[in-house]
This record gives sequence, structure tokens and C-alpha cells, in this order.
Amino acid sequence: MVLTPPEINLKLERILPIVQKPARYVGGELNQVVKNWDSIETHVALVFPDIYDIGMSNLGLAILYELINDRPDTLAERVYSPWIDMEAAMRKYGIPVYSLESHQPLSAFDIIGISLPYETVYTNALNVLDLGGIPIFSAERRETDALVIAGGHATFNPEPMYKFVDAFVIGEGEQVIQEVINAYQSWKRSNLSRQQLLISLTSIPGVYVPSLYQVHYHPDGTVDRTEKLVEQANFPVRKRIVPVLPPPPTRLIVPNIETVHNRVPIEIMRGCTRGCRFCHAGMVSRPVRERSVTEIVQAIDTALKHTGFEEIGLLSLSSSDYTHISELIQSITSKYHGENLGISLPSLRIESFSVVLMDLLRESRHGGFTLAPEAATEDMRKIINKPVSTAQLLETAHQIYSRGWTTIKLYFMIGHPAETLDDVKAIVELCKLVLAEGRKTIGHRAKLNVGVSTFIPKPHTPFQWVSCDSVEQIQSKQSLLKQELRHRDIKLTWTNPEVTLLEAWLSRGDRRMADVVFQAWKNGSRFDAWQDQFNFEAWSSAFESTHLDPFFYTHRVRSSDEVFPWDHISTGVRKKFLLQDFQLSLEYQTRMDCRLHCFACGILPAFADLRRENPTAPWSCPQVKSPQMVKVTDYS
Amino acid sequence: MPMRIRITFSKAGAMQYVGHLDLHRSWERAFRRSGLPLEYSQGFHPQPHLNLACALPLGFTSQCELLDAWLESDFSLIDIQQAISAALPPGLEILALENIDLSLPALQTQVTSAVYVITFLDDFPELDGRLQGISHAEHLPRLRRNKSYDLRPLIEDMTIIPDKNAGKDALRIQLAAREAATGRPEELLDELGIKFEDTRIHREKLILLSS
Repeated sequence: MVLTPPEINLKLERILPIVQKPARYVGGELNQVVKNWDSIETHVALVFPDIYDIGMSNLGLAILYELINDRPDTLAERVYSPWIDMEAAMRKYGIPVYSLESHQPLSAFDIIGISLPYETVYTNALNVLDLGGIPIFSAERRETDALVIAGGHATFNPEPMYKFVDAFVIGEGEQVIQEVINAYQSWKRSNLSRQQLLISLTSIPGVYVPSLYQVHYHPDGTVDRTEKLVEQANFPVRKRIVPVLPPPPTRLIVPNIETVHNRVPIEIMRGCTRGCRFCHAGMVSRPVRERSVTEIVQAIDTALKHTGFEEIGLLSLSSSDYTHISELIQSITSKYHGENLGISLPSLRIESFSVVLMDLLRESRHGGFTLAPEAATEDMRKIINKPVSTAQLLETAHQIYSRGWTTIKLYFMIGHPAETLDDVKAIVELCKLVLAEGRKTIGHRAKLNVGVSTFIPKPHTPFQWVSCDSVEQIQSKQSLLKQELRHRDIKLTWTNPEVTLLEAWLSRGDRRMADVVFQAWKNGSRFDAWQDQFNFEAWSSAFESTHLDPFFYTHRVRSSDEVFPWDHISTGVRKKFLLQDFQLSLEYQTRMDCRLHCFACGILPAFADLRRENPTAPWSCPQVKSPQMVKVTDYS
Repeated sequence: MPMRIRITFSKAGAMQYVGHLDLHRSWERAFRRSGLPLEYSQGFHPQPHLNLACALPLGFTSQCELLDAWLESDFSLIDIQQAISAALPPGLEILALENIDLSLPALQTQVTSAVYVITFLDDFPELDGRLQGISHAEHLPRLRRNKSYDLRPLIEDMTIIPDKNAGKDALRIQLAAREAATGRPEELLDELGIKFEDTRIHREKLILLSS
């Protein structure tokens, strides 16, 4: 029997006192929206498949929460993964996963929208469905079961989750979520079969209903082709974008406990024109759309009044590239002077100007200064298309230390197969040079934090043809770093190579990977993103029992004409463009910021209609010049 | 002129699961929303000048929590009451508000005892007998976080009272709440052989030195 909210509350009364951080499980925060359940037509559960502390900081769900709750006929409530101790208690006392607002069991909702921003939440997503009494497999759900949809950056390759999700929403959700709700409502009123609901969803642009497609494989395991099974289905499934960014959410829920980003998040810009070849976000979130300074400042003001947060985060993939960044920082700092407001401005370019910007924000509480050179040799910088010179980095470091910061954090990436041990040694040398710059400037107070992540060849990027570095190679690169960067004033962090492998398998997986995900969950995997919970054994044995070779997915040279499992999902960026960019990387050729010059990635023709309908939409794509005018080879 | 106010407030609902540090943050945000100019410390990490009397353990409700707050300038109590009440998160409510002397000693040093009312989710037979046992004991040696201490001298009073809502017995206890000598109700419950999660604990009163 499904429990009612009062029954759930009665059971919770004895559990909450004995679990860690019970505030995760009660809701009731300022600005949560509680509607009258019975008088609302459509009930949407927004699921973030990790704990409250992480999920509350997710901007995507905050946007959808506000948009859906603005509809008088629909409500949205939050659901997060219970932590291990809470899950044990819930299973013991028979409490289903429930929403924080009205404590309704997950199965009482009409639509369950799961956020899948990264792959290591997949087993958690299954666990939430299971704890909520929802059939795990899409094929087993019936007319009375909730519709399970999913979106988020990981769903640009939806295939590893195809068995569990009824419909994926590819790309930006702001408009398409309304269309999905509308389609659900007409279906609900119609008395038609669940299959009819799926068919009506599949014709919405940006929606991918995996059960209405079939994949054919070559004998060697690669994909031959993916075909749609019904006429109405999108093919390819092109991501959705909004032509103009809608106003940012300002009535944000204020958590009562510490969360990862406990602040007002304001997206100042979406998309990036830098074209770093490893960067999934930079490729899938094109084109660049900026908000106006006026809109941003107004949103900050409203959000601060509603929430009282003492920090704001100005979010984008590359803050320095926001056209009016100086003006924005100046108006914010002058407006909030003396208000003890922390302002964080992540993703700054490596140049002196960034230090000037950060200096303006200094009045506020602040941490270290973060820069992401990613690579330390000219060759690697050209390969990944992030050309920052060592001289420029050292000059910036000097500026940072001399303006009073004592700690710099540098991000690097290892593990591109073209990278040699010499390239890694260069990281060591560069770190030492940066610290020496600090020593020169402020003596022994200078500190350096070095974060080294491991490259994953992500789908929809120019590196999707590249294989992963071997585990042995990653280990030897990491031990070199650990050995050489053992220093009193340098703090090194790195990624567990097994976690990297898992992320790589899942992000590159095909439909057969769904069985691995299911089996790993059965084997006890959950919270794969958590170091202390990650269970590599569960994944290895899942591969064994499904007879799949994990290295087929990650350690294999791919021909340029291979059909990828995600090829029927379109980000608007053409595969041909990605291939050309990949080939350029092999020749150590870089491409400049595409605000300055269009390389015809395909995003403009893909959304030509949208742009025509919104002639004043400020996309940051340049005027496309005629081919004769272009000095650089036009790779279209 | 700066001013110092003392707020008596209740803590219930979602807020009962919020710990001391987080509560501090909740009050800071409430003040920020209210528009009242809270005083901040100087330096790189300015901290709001707020002072909570005595940590309330997670899961307890209360009708007697105390907060001192310093404002940069003077306001009428009515204006303050209105501004803060409108800005409080669900679960916190102002019960009293007074303007106090800037020079008064810190709240934490003034609390001597706390009174709790414990209600039970189940029936506990022989509650009276169990209490007698504790009353007559000279010492109640206990271990908490690897430190041994004697609970007995921290118990100042225990009375069985009726729980009108449930038709059961409830318990009112007064425990020492000085800075280095704080009696914890859940420790007493453990002595009684009652699980903390099978009860509800409500702080009814804080007793201050001066009062």
C-alpha cells in the first residue's frame, strides 16, 4: 500500500532524530512552494539524484521549479536521494521516497523529472525510482504509473539510461517542459494508452522517447544505425534552446543547512565561444547568449531581498568573455559597497585583467584565486585549443600574489593520449615557476593548490574519436606528479583513475550499457560520485555478468566514419565540424575565439528559424563573412 | 548610535532539525532580508554580531530561545519587530523583544539552567519508579564523547506532569546549563532506559543569572 503524507510523517518522527542532518529530509524552507495538492491538475516531482546538500545548489532544477510552479494548474516539488543512513531507515520502516514540500510519495506524482547533469548519478536515479515504488524499467510502467522524464548535460548521450527513462528532454528545458506538461495533460484527459502518450511526446522538438527508436549493431559491436520506429519521432533529435535567456529565478529556496553553493546563482551568460576541444559544456551549450547588465543587477537585487543570501555567484562558462564584465562588476560593487556581500566570479581567463576584476570584488569575503591553464606545454595547449602562454600565466600569477592573494589554485588535465610524460613534467615545472613567482612577490606566504583532473573523451566534442589513456599510463603520470610536487607549499589533488574510467564508460556508452548500470545498481552501487561510496568492484562484475568489454567503450581507436551511439542526438554542432576540429588538433592547429571569426560549427543554420523569429536576440555569433574574405581556411 | 536587542523566539517545525551554526546563519539571513543594519566585525571575513544563548540539540523544539543582536543604528522596537517578523523563515517566531544595555555580559555566560518538557510517543510503565531510582542515586557516572562525567549533580529537578493531548504522563526536568556543566536530556533519557527517538523534547524555559 502506498503511504499518505500523514502516515509518512508519523514514521519519520522516529527516524529523523537518529539520522545525520535530518534537515535534508523535512523541507519547510523559506520560499518553498506548497500548493493545495488536490486542487492541482498535474503534479511534477523534480528529482536530483544526489543528496540535498548537492541538489539544492543545482541551478537547472531551481529554474524549472520556479517555471512550473508559476503555472496555476501544475505544481513542482523537490526530491533528493536519501543518504545511506536514511535509505537504510526508509527501507527498514517501509517509507517511500517522498517530496520535501508535501511529503507525498514519489508514486503519487504524474511526472517525475530527473536531472542527470553527470553520469555518476545514474545508479542513484535508479535507486530513487526503486525507493519511490516506481518500476525501474520503462517497459514495465503502466497507464497508472508516473511518466519518467530526464534532462541535463549527461543526456546528450541518453543511451546508457534508455531502459529507465520514458522520455529525455535534450538541451535547455525552459520552454520544452511546458510543452511536455501540456502534452501530458491532454493525454490524461483523453483516456488513451500510455503508448499514445509516448507518441505525442516524441513529436515535440527536443524530446527523445528511446522506446520509439531501434539501434542496429555491426558484428564488431559498433553501431550500424539507429532508426525511428514511428513516423512522428524526431530524427535526429535536435536539442532545444531558448532564443533569449528568460529572467533568472529570484525566489530561490533558502536552505536551512549548509549546501555546496549556498548563494544566489545568477547566470550571466550561457554558452562559450572559446572552443576548448575537451570541453563538453562548451560544445553542447552553444550559441552564446548574454543577459544585460540591467537585467542581472535587477535580478540580484530581487533575489537578495527574497533570500537574504550573503553571497552571489555570477555564473558562466567563461566570465571574462561576458561582453560587459567591467561594467557589471563596477555596478555591483558600487551598489553593494559595505553590505558584506560575497561575490564569486568563477571561470576567469588567464590575463592581468582578471586580477583587476577580482580586485574590485576584494571588499567581499573571498577565497583563493583560481586559474585553469589545463596544459603546460605549447603542443598540448595547441592540441586542446587552449593557447595560454607560460609568460602570460606567470605575469598573471605575479599580479595575483602582489595584490594580496596568498593562494593560487591551478587546474590541469592529464590523460590525453597524445600527452607524454614530458608534458606532465612540464606541469611540475610550471607549478614550481608559479610558486617561485609567489616567493619573489610575497615570500613564504605564497601557496599553490594544484588540481589535476583526467581527460575523458566526451561525446559531441572534437575528441569523441580519441581513446582514453591506459590506466597504467594515467597512474604513472599521477605518480610523477605526486612525487615531483611534494612540497610544503603545494597541495596536489587528483582524480581516482577508476572513477575516471567509470565516467568514461558511462558517457560513451551505448544501449547495452543500460544493463551494466542496472547490474551495478543491483550489486550495490550508488553515490558513485562520492569517494567513500564508490565501488569499482560492483561495476567490474556488472561488466562481467553482462559480457561486455569495458575497454571497447574507452580504449579503442575509432575510424572517422564510425557511427556513434549518440549520433542521432544533435547539439546543433555538426559532426563534420567536430571531425575537422579533431583533425586540426592532430596537426597542432588552433582555432581562435569564434566570437571573432565564425568557423561554421552549424549552430546558426540549425537554429536559423529561431533566430529569424527573434531578430533582436543577442547571440554572440559574428557576422558570417563570405568565404573569399576569410583568411583562415574555412572548414565548413 | 548602535543598539543591542534581545529576542526571545520559538523554534519548531522544519527549524527544529537545524543545528546551532546553521541557526546562526538563518538569523543572519533574516536580518539581511529585513533591511535592518546588522553590525559586522571588521576584517577579511566579516561576521555578523549575533549571539545565541545556548545551543538547542537537533530535533528539540523550544519556546524560550534567546538571541542578542547588535544593530548599527537605533530603531523603535515596533519597527524592528515588524521588519524581522516579516523576514523570518518558517519555524522561527518572535515571542518577545527588548532593547538591552550594550554593556551587558554575553548571553552564554548568563544561562544557568534549562527546563525541558519530555513527552512520550509510547507508554512507559513505571516511569515514577525509574525516576525514584535516579533521584536517590548519589552519582550517575556516564561517558559522553569519551569523557566521563557525573550526570546526577546536573539534574536540578524532575517532575511527572500530565500530557493532556495524549492522556499519558510527561516529564518536566530542569538541568544545569552552565558553560562547562550542561545536562543533556537525552543522557537522562538513556539513564531511564528510554530511547531519545521515542520522545519529543521541548525546551520550555532558560533560567538566567539575573532573573
